[in-house]
Amino acid sequence: MDEVQIVERLKAKFGEKILSTYTFAGQHAVTIGPDSLREVLIWLRDDRELDFSWLMDVGGVDYLGYPGDDDREWRFEVAYQLYSLGKNHRIRVKVAVTDDSVSVPSVWDLWGVANWMEREVWDLFGIRFDGHPNLRRILCHDEFVGHALRKDYPINRRQKLLQPSEMILCERMEWA
Amino acid sequence: MSEHHSGTDVQSIPTDLLTLNIGPSHPATHGTLRLQVQLDGETIVNMGCEIGYLHRGYEKQCETVYYNMVVPYAERLNYCSPVHNSNAWCYAIEQMMGVEAPPRAQALRVITSEMARIIDHCVCIGTNLVDIGGLTNFWYMYNYREKIYDLYEELTGARMMVNYPRIGGVCLDAPDDWFDHVLRVMEELTEAIGDVHALVARNRIFVDRMIGTGVISNEMAVSHGCTGPVGRASGVNYDIRKAQPYWGYEKYQFDVPVLQGGDNYDRTMVRFIEMEQSRRIVEQAIKSIPSGPVLLENPLVALPPKDKVYNTMEGLINHFKLVMHGVQPPKGEIYSATEGGNGELGYYVISDGGPMPFRVRIRPPCFASYSCFPKIMKGQMVADAVATLGTINIIAGELDR
Repeated sequence: MDEVQIVERLKAKFGEKILSTYTFAGQHAVTIGPDSLREVLIWLRDDRELDFSWLMDVGGVDYLGYPGDDDREWRFEVAYQLYSLGKNHRIRVKVAVTDDSVSVPSVWDLWGVANWMEREVWDLFGIRFDGHPNLRRILCHDEFVGHALRKDYPINRRQKLLQPSEMILCERMEWA
Repeated sequence: MSEHHSGTDVQSIPTDLLTLNIGPSHPATHGTLRLQVQLDGETIVNMGCEIGYLHRGYEKQCETVYYNMVVPYAERLNYCSPVHNSNAWCYAIEQMMGVEAPPRAQALRVITSEMARIIDHCVCIGTNLVDIGGLTNFWYMYNYREKIYDLYEELTGARMMVNYPRIGGVCLDAPDDWFDHVLRVMEELTEAIGDVHALVARNRIFVDRMIGTGVISNEMAVSHGCTGPVGRASGVNYDIRKAQPYWGYEKYQFDVPVLQGGDNYDRTMVRFIEMEQSRRIVEQAIKSIPSGPVLLENPLVALPPKDKVYNTMEGLINHFKLVMHGVQPPKGEIYSATEGGNGELGYYVISDGGPMPFRVRIRPPCFASYSCFPKIMKGQMVADAVATLGTINIIAGELDR
């Protein structure tokens, strides 16, 4: 299916919940609110004609200081890159996160890879994921203060690692 | 004594689980990874992974430099196949700017990237066989890795971190007899692959160690986003070179190996077949290489040739402007995926219209594959964890960024 048609179908199905759509260089994205994230992703995954069975990537973005967009209502976005192996098409679903008081529902139970990728977004942007069983830092160490990829985190700030974490095992192996 | 012994069932002796740390600096982890396992005898009951020991703030660093200055950084992602990462970076920015590299540059990218894939698999197979006790293969494989490094040196002047591609093409054309040298090495390579394959494929020790261990089922491969050789060994017929071709891959004849077992043996065999297919691609690309420029003649994208810089005013201004103000893609965002040595290498780049990227997010293929590692090792032997770590091919550079 043409990616334009996918966006049209999403609009027809979810209407108001699609906050905005975006097209650039032949790629398409839709922006939604955190409340409808699971609903939209489950529909995209399970619809036979769309068949987005692969979650390729979850990445955060901090739009603080993005030029020419002072009226942006949200500071953060979390971008989910979906791919359909059967139909060979892609779409990007972006979740608008106003600030770090808002949390995003976790999709770790829908795609195993989301577990670690959401941990990375939490680690580097400080966006919380509701329902994540093991939301710990993944790239930075446990004592790290702040979130390194935020635009207001200075690039030359150094933080010491004093104590390596003793126990990294989870209660249940599925959560690791 | 004997009475007492015969009266005790071994299973009923009370035992405790042993918690053991493997890494962060351990020869079998090929880098800095830390595993913590709970063992019942030699069987893994629980496992935790800690990554981030090689976290260099890569994505943050990319936000502070010009687009072309990311090229050498990109090669530090997967340092086993460096040039593919920088080729893919330049391709992402070209897509963003709506330009395309000239056909000769695209063919050179295909050749260098496929050679990178060959050495990536050489390292993966060679070191993994060392881990499980077969040192001989290591020398066979590293021998050809050296020869391919020699070819890179001839082409670019550097062996490992070659800094070869530029946005809009590649920085140098190949020297006169370079293609003949490549073809000669490729011919010898077939022999080396055959030798190593013959040493291991039906070797009893190897087969017993590899078949049925570290199995990633097809469902798990899809759920955990296992692409590349790891996914293809689990029955996922996905190769971006076929699914969404770039750099003219649709012109070349090659097969994508898909095996169904999902175990360590199949992952190794997929890599053997892929090396052979990469050799085919390199040979076809050399035989059909188009003539022409290797860098775009677009003053907004690529530096002008040196004789123009030194002899014309326009060339000098153009050079100055690009060096001082950089390449400036329009405002927008792109997710560009290419087939790296380990699977889908994705660059999610957001531009604010300035000379430096606003945000660079890298989708490292082995991050996704490694995330299923604790799950697949449950109930397996601790020695198999080492073999599995090798066949998933964790590259700490792209895992931790």
